[in-house]
Amino acid sequence: MSKGRFGIHGGQYIPETLMNAVSDLEKAYEYYKNDEQFNRELTALYNEYAGRPSLLYYAEKMTKDLGGAKIYLKREDLNHTGSHKVNNALGQALLAKKMGKTRLIAETGAGQHGVATATVAALMGMECEIFMGKTDTERQALNVYRMELLGAKVHPVTSGTMTLKDAVNETFREWVSRIDDTHYVLGSVMGPHPFPTIVRDFQAVISREIKAQILEKEGRLPDAVIACVGGGSNAIGAFYHFIEDKDVRLIGCEAAGRGVDTPENAATMANGRLGIFHGMKSYFCQDEFGQIAPVYSISAGLDYPGIGPEHANLKDIGRAEYVPVTDEEAVNAFEYLSRTEGIIPAIESSHAVAHALKMAPTLPKDKIVVINISGRGDKDVAAIARYRGVDLHD
Amino acid sequence: MIKIKDAFDNKKAFIAFITAGDPDLETTEKLIYELVDKGVDLIEIGIPFSDPIAEGTVIQEADIRALASGTTTDKIFDLVGKIRPNVSIPLVFMTYCNVIFGYGTEKFTARCEEIGINGLIVPDVPFEEKEELRPFCQKHGLELISLVAPTSDDRIAKIAKNAEGFLYVVSSLGVTGVRSEIKTDIGEIVKSAKAVSDIPCAVGFGISTPEQAEKMCAQADGIIIGSAIVRIIAKYGRDSVAPVGEYVKSIAEVCHQ
Repeated sequence: MSKGRFGIHGGQYIPETLMNAVSDLEKAYEYYKNDEQFNRELTALYNEYAGRPSLLYYAEKMTKDLGGAKIYLKREDLNHTGSHKVNNALGQALLAKKMGKTRLIAETGAGQHGVATATVAALMGMECEIFMGKTDTERQALNVYRMELLGAKVHPVTSGTMTLKDAVNETFREWVSRIDDTHYVLGSVMGPHPFPTIVRDFQAVISREIKAQILEKEGRLPDAVIACVGGGSNAIGAFYHFIEDKDVRLIGCEAAGRGVDTPENAATMANGRLGIFHGMKSYFCQDEFGQIAPVYSISAGLDYPGIGPEHANLKDIGRAEYVPVTDEEAVNAFEYLSRTEGIIPAIESSHAVAHALKMAPTLPKDKIVVINISGRGDKDVAAIARYRGVDLHD
Repeated sequence: MIKIKDAFDNKKAFIAFITAGDPDLETTEKLIYELVDKGVDLIEIGIPFSDPIAEGTVIQEADIRALASGTTTDKIFDLVGKIRPNVSIPLVFMTYCNVIFGYGTEKFTARCEEIGINGLIVPDVPFEEKEELRPFCQKHGLELISLVAPTSDDRIAKIAKNAEGFLYVVSSLGVTGVRSEIKTDIGEIVKSAKAVSDIPCAVGFGISTPEQAEKMCAQADGIIIGSAIVRIIAKYGRDSVAPVGEYVKSIAEVCHQ
């Protein structure tokens, strides 16, 4: 079996043209991940630029209102650029810079990864081009303008379903065309090895902080960590340092769109089967002939027909649970957290909040649940208004 | 029995690609006969995939047309099985890994053997992942075609040493599609491959004109043309048989002169 496996998942299923590029990336990462100077620079960027560590906030009102487990929110929404995506973008851009690359390309769904990459490119003086499904450029128009403000060129992708999957296809096509000076800042724990490992390591700062913070506040580990999953980067970041702590339940919330039994959802774990796509073996929504299925979610960031290979393995070995959450439940949670705690979560993160709303009341008061608020919801306000039938005029 | 190497016997091989089911399978059937009739030495039949990441827009759109016309892997198997007795040149399938894996690799390769397919080209399965398919291909008498690219460098030797059928030399960086100029030193890549293996080398990606075909034939054992043919099919649809034939004839003449 080839490199970069998580159980049977992962691998490097990519065109030959890219093989030397990913193997150069792997060598560079293997070197720099243990390099003191690299780690010093990255920590400085995390702390001085991105605003880390992010808070672990005790949601007292929510806890009292639900009447069950104690709820903590990991505030990745407070990071610079408004989501966890900046953790990975900073890490990969620094790595790319060390490798002598001068140009960054990236896919984006909701636009959060695109914004993070454009931000970091501006900071480091690198060229930046972002590929975004045309449908997503329309539902996240504000983020498109943010990326352009930051100096990036945004390419609307008009192939296929014009969403995240197609943006990934197009970014791969761009990378195959121009490798020498270009690094592909893959935004999630997916794609060919070494991306799932690199992205996970850069996002693992989330669970490293949660662990230290909860030990300080509660003197013990949480009973559950809940995060939303599309490709799965915020979730693996929130889970990683708890994987060995078997008493901590790890719960990933995937997008069930209009319902897990309807044709319109993106619930890969519930409806997908084993496949090989976007460089990896993992679970994918697909038809009987292996054609990748068009998926749907209100959340552009979770609107992806696959899931990262490490999650697929965590499911196989029973270490993590994956639950579907519908648009309606996510929108309710979006509104609930806004009103209850004065925190507007990203519609992606709202999927995790929605599951906590169901789960927390069923648990005794001495249990502790951590929800990863992977991003802030400003970008989603217009979409939620539309969902509720409110006509907003800018 | 027909073998892939037959395409390279005492001549430069002209390999033509079409997407099965573009615009429909009836036209594909006629096109296959026309390609054979006009001097093509090996046909690469593309099984359409929803997300062909190594293709430029011409072939991406062909895949969309084919899938939209209701083409499925099973219907392609049926078509190839039907025409195979009338076609005396080697035939290979070009598709993406999930089309094979999602169908069931054993079932897929067994069907290929049954209908007389000679090999598979799977652009998202590099050398390191060959074991995903190779045991099944070996069991069912299929040759798994390897690709080398302008970025392959030190990888060329190990890929060539283990190559079967022919070595697919990707002429340029990027995806499939017509190019005005090919800048890669093809001769150098072919030389590296020939140093370790006597595998025939065929150049693909970007070739469209007889002049380019002639130039590439001089440096390798054959050429592969896809997008230039698919572009004609896109333009003429069900009436593309004659114009495709005319174009193919002009290339075959150059290859076989």
